[in-house]
Amino acid sequence: MTDLIERETAAVPPAPVRAAGPRSHYKGEAFARRLRARHAAERRFRRAGAAAVAVAALMLVLLIGSIAARGASAFWETRIRLEVALDPAEVASGNYTAPLRRALHAQFPQVTDRAGRRVLNDLLSSGAPYELEAMVARDPAMVGTVRTVWVRADDEIDQLAKGHYRRDLPEGERGLSDAKVAAADALAAAGALAQGFNTTLFTAGDSREPEQAGMGGAIVGSLLTLLVTMLLSVPVGIAAAVYLEEFAPKNRWTGLIEVNINNLAAVPSIIFGLLGLAVFLGFFGLPRSAPLVGGLVMALMTLPVIIIAARAALRAVPPSIRDAALAIGASPLQTVLHHVLPLALPGILTGTIIGMARALGETAPLLMIGMVAFIVDIPHGLTDSATVLPVQIYMWADSPERAFTERTSAAILVLLGFLVLLNGVAVILRRIFERRW
Amino acid sequence: MSIRSQLKLRPRADQRPAAPVAAKMVARGVRVSYGAKPALKGIDLDIQENRVLALIGPSGCGKSTFLRCLNRMNDTIEGCRVEGRITLDGEDVYGRTIDPVQLRARVGMVFQKPNPFPKSIYDNVAYGPRIHGLASGRDELDEVVQTSLKRAGLWAEVRERLREPGTSLSGGQQQRLCIARAIAVSPEVILMDEPCSALDPIATAHIEELIDELRANYTIVIVTHNMQQAARVSQRTAFFHLGEMVECDDTEEIFTNPRDERTQGYITGRYG
Amino acid sequence: MQPTLLALTLVLLTVIGFLAGRSRAAASVGGRVAELHSVPSYHGLYVALWAGLPALLLFVAWTASEGWLAMQLVLSGLPDRLTAGDVQSLSLLKADILNLARGISTGREPDPAVAEAARRYGALRDLAGWSLLAVGASLAVAGLAWGRHRIGPDLRARPAVERVVRAALVVCSLVAILTTVGIVLSLLFEALRFFSIVSPADFLFGTHWSPQVAMRADQVGSSGSFGALPLFAGTLLVTVVAMTVAVPVGLMAAIYLSEYAGRGMRTWLKPTLEILAGIPTVVYGFFAALTMAPAVRAAGEALGLDVSSESALAAGIVMGVMIIPFVSSLSDDVINAVPQSLRDGSYGLGATKSETIRQVVLPAALPGVVAAVMLAVSRAIGETMIVTMASGLTANLTANPLQAVTTVTTQVAALLVGDQEFDSPKTLSAFGLGLVLFLVTLCLNVVALRVVRTYRERYD
Repeated sequence: MTDLIERETAAVPPAPVRAAGPRSHYKGEAFARRLRARHAAERRFRRAGAAAVAVAALMLVLLIGSIAARGASAFWETRIRLEVALDPAEVASGNYTAPLRRALHAQFPQVTDRAGRRVLNDLLSSGAPYELEAMVARDPAMVGTVRTVWVRADDEIDQLAKGHYRRDLPEGERGLSDAKVAAADALAAAGALAQGFNTTLFTAGDSREPEQAGMGGAIVGSLLTLLVTMLLSVPVGIAAAVYLEEFAPKNRWTGLIEVNINNLAAVPSIIFGLLGLAVFLGFFGLPRSAPLVGGLVMALMTLPVIIIAARAALRAVPPSIRDAALAIGASPLQTVLHHVLPLALPGILTGTIIGMARALGETAPLLMIGMVAFIVDIPHGLTDSATVLPVQIYMWADSPERAFTERTSAAILVLLGFLVLLNGVAVILRRIFERRW
Repeated sequence: MSIRSQLKLRPRADQRPAAPVAAKMVARGVRVSYGAKPALKGIDLDIQENRVLALIGPSGCGKSTFLRCLNRMNDTIEGCRVEGRITLDGEDVYGRTIDPVQLRARVGMVFQKPNPFPKSIYDNVAYGPRIHGLASGRDELDEVVQTSLKRAGLWAEVRERLREPGTSLSGGQQQRLCIARAIAVSPEVILMDEPCSALDPIATAHIEELIDELRANYTIVIVTHNMQQAARVSQRTAFFHLGEMVECDDTEEIFTNPRDERTQGYITGRYG
Repeated sequence: MQPTLLALTLVLLTVIGFLAGRSRAAASVGGRVAELHSVPSYHGLYVALWAGLPALLLFVAWTASEGWLAMQLVLSGLPDRLTAGDVQSLSLLKADILNLARGISTGREPDPAVAEAARRYGALRDLAGWSLLAVGASLAVAGLAWGRHRIGPDLRARPAVERVVRAALVVCSLVAILTTVGIVLSLLFEALRFFSIVSPADFLFGTHWSPQVAMRADQVGSSGSFGALPLFAGTLLVTVVAMTVAVPVGLMAAIYLSEYAGRGMRTWLKPTLEILAGIPTVVYGFFAALTMAPAVRAAGEALGLDVSSESALAAGIVMGVMIIPFVSSLSDDVINAVPQSLRDGSYGLGATKSETIRQVVLPAALPGVVAAVMLAVSRAIGETMIVTMASGLTANLTANPLQAVTTVTTQVAALLVGDQEFDSPKTLSAFGLGLVLFLVTLCLNVVALRVVRTYRERYD
């Protein structure tokens, strides 16, 4: 041994030779120059990193900001004050349009021609007669009297009142006639135009008329779909995770299942839509547009997410707990159910909530199974035709009316609100139950 | 076998009483704390040129912390605060004029676990010279790599496989590769943090011989858990205990005639 | 109505079974429960399973087949003139019957025979519902009685119950496999039907895409053409744009967060980036169509370029933004997996932080980063809403990101949204596209996940 080393020692050459000598190199001007360049490169690199983070953060601000700026005003709607005289004969025949129009025309005595009156008629929402009808149904004493009522304005007037039309543009480019602008201004001057909280947005179903369209139906549809998703994917997901993590032998089969689950989590969502279309609608003949089918598809989609999260949570429970339970004579199943699962539950719940949040925001697969239909009614059951919030957003986003842009943005804000709520619950759960072994 | 008998059994050629040697690095009142936790409580130590200084002491005594102060590796640890004064050739290493990058080029380091980069053997050694601009051409770089590998006693084993990844070598070879990597930037001081703790006895013997040879050109500070190793490779030894430096003297003196009770207790194996 | 009633009955009987089993077990040993093989509650579960499980299985099988059986019965009673048509008119007839039975108007005066059939169908379903309730409930009662009869001190109730539970666990874990099988089979089956009409070569390499099929059968000349190459090119183009945004930004952000940002900064910035990942794609689509596309167009016009109002660039940029957090969190994982000792080794030689990152950390993390990028590509290829809302339907074979292109996912969505006949090549072509999409993303995912796994093992 020593011999060997000594032989090598003999072969050791002198220190690396350089013209100026490397040690002095570090004190030389050339090295100092190089060092400055290297530090400059360091600063550039660091700045590039900060810039990347800033770009991402800026995009987030831009995204949320632009949508909030567009959508905030949708939470208010414009209403018109009218002195309505309800004629019993008209009420009996279900004609609620005439009293409204009479009242409106009375505010503009100078307008007598047909064209001018048509402009006036267009100030009111086409849903206004139904509003009046509902008021009469609540208070039948109204009939035969003159009452002051506030009814919904047409979406164009609403947008004008919110300042979304540019008044300085000529009529043709503005997209709203001078006559309407003048009529609306006259109403506003008379104090007959006011804005209030827009309950329609939350309670009504979809409509072709922006001012009557609401996301009530979509919210209910989302909740029903999510309910199905949760009922199916949570128990199945947890059971699968328990089996794979606690009981499954480590062989090729379980290896295959594991690879399969990981891949399934990365399959594009639209493929699940195709699966739903071919299997649930085509093969089993389940109804189109139903929350039941939507929930089934979403359940299959979120299942891998839940399984992966649940397995991670189970894996985090230290083996000593299992050993302790087994040592006092519990069966493996009892060990898991009584000791391991309760400890892993917070982690599983967090993963589940995140999976649900994902399902809540998913759109593409639901397009395939017909949840993109125009549905006015609010669904009452799992097999009723329904749509969900993200799909409602997609459909409204396609509508050309300016007022729908505003409502789309508002719907996005509501959807984001739900997501924040879900994620907030997940974060709080994690905080409360955070446990370290 | 006790250390004393070992020292007597293995007399060294240069065990003559230390002639006054110039101090390469000087530490005065070095205090280090991680957050609120003090790790070093005022260390005064001279590191003499072309000598091997061994830092010994029980785990957590601060010897590795002290080592990492010498080339400011502690800068990379969040919440670490260093006070006091450390000089290299009379220049304050924590002063404004010294750049940590330049300092680390002059004060190289070899770590506890061999940590070759996931690159070829050649690129591992060439890494330092490349970033510091030590070689101006391909040939010159080849020469630096070859010389460094030779000085680390690895050339014969790897000359045919310079393009293979550094991780393909055995543990001992990897550690010598790391030493070659440190030598390649021509440091003045080499710090070694328990360089043999992950190696088998034969590889350890190799490294120890290497350290002895390197002393001719470099000043070496080695942290070790192993008192036999300290006795074998070093000329001077400093004993650390609970964040303090208890005593520092010629290695033979420390092991045969420790002045402090704690040193005595440690080297005789009463604790540690 | 009847399913709910049956469900309630089953729940009730199961609870009764549990209580009965438990008390009988205790009674069989005169209250000295230590003499039982299993504790009494396992005997309770044993009886409950006997009461609930067979009835539940019957319920599932029955509900799955009932509608089909009733329809067959009704159809066989219809005159031939109605049922003689081809597959398409038959499915139309079935839909009419179903709608009438549910009380939904079909919009036209129904054929009296069809109306009668619908009435019969409704009656049959009603009858089936009640008989299911009767059969199910009696099965549950019989199961309860049998289970209770078996109880005794020697009954190994716990192992029996555990076997059932384990079997249930296995079934649950097989759902994932079944899903994959379902995806593969449904895509393959429909795609094969498509390829029997359009040859795979024409589909894969044809350069003209216009899936509008003639409405009448004799309009042969104007049948749609299904050359999907422009779709693949469009997908590739949008993906490339998205990756040029997402990879540098995501990677640099990950580097900054894991190597430069202080602890306090990191705890704020990381969740902020994660928010981007949690935003639904439809929101990105809206943003792309309403904010990004006009901005890109305006920027292009300012530079004197001709930008389409639905450009691949706008869709790609927004998709890239969506993928940033995906790339950054995956890269963050792999960068953190690089051992500190490698960084120390580099710092110890006097390398600066950026030199260490670029020359040591990134090469060491390269396999993981590549895998992350592959997963991101797979994600970009499969993303539907952004391109559907922002890049349009024009099948354009171009490499110019300023033009409008269409992608595979956009076309799948466009072909299948709304009512569609199940047998037209137009509908089936969506499954052909879906198959290609599935196979490509599957390959990317399999390879990437394998690389990630071997990479993790290396540094663990």
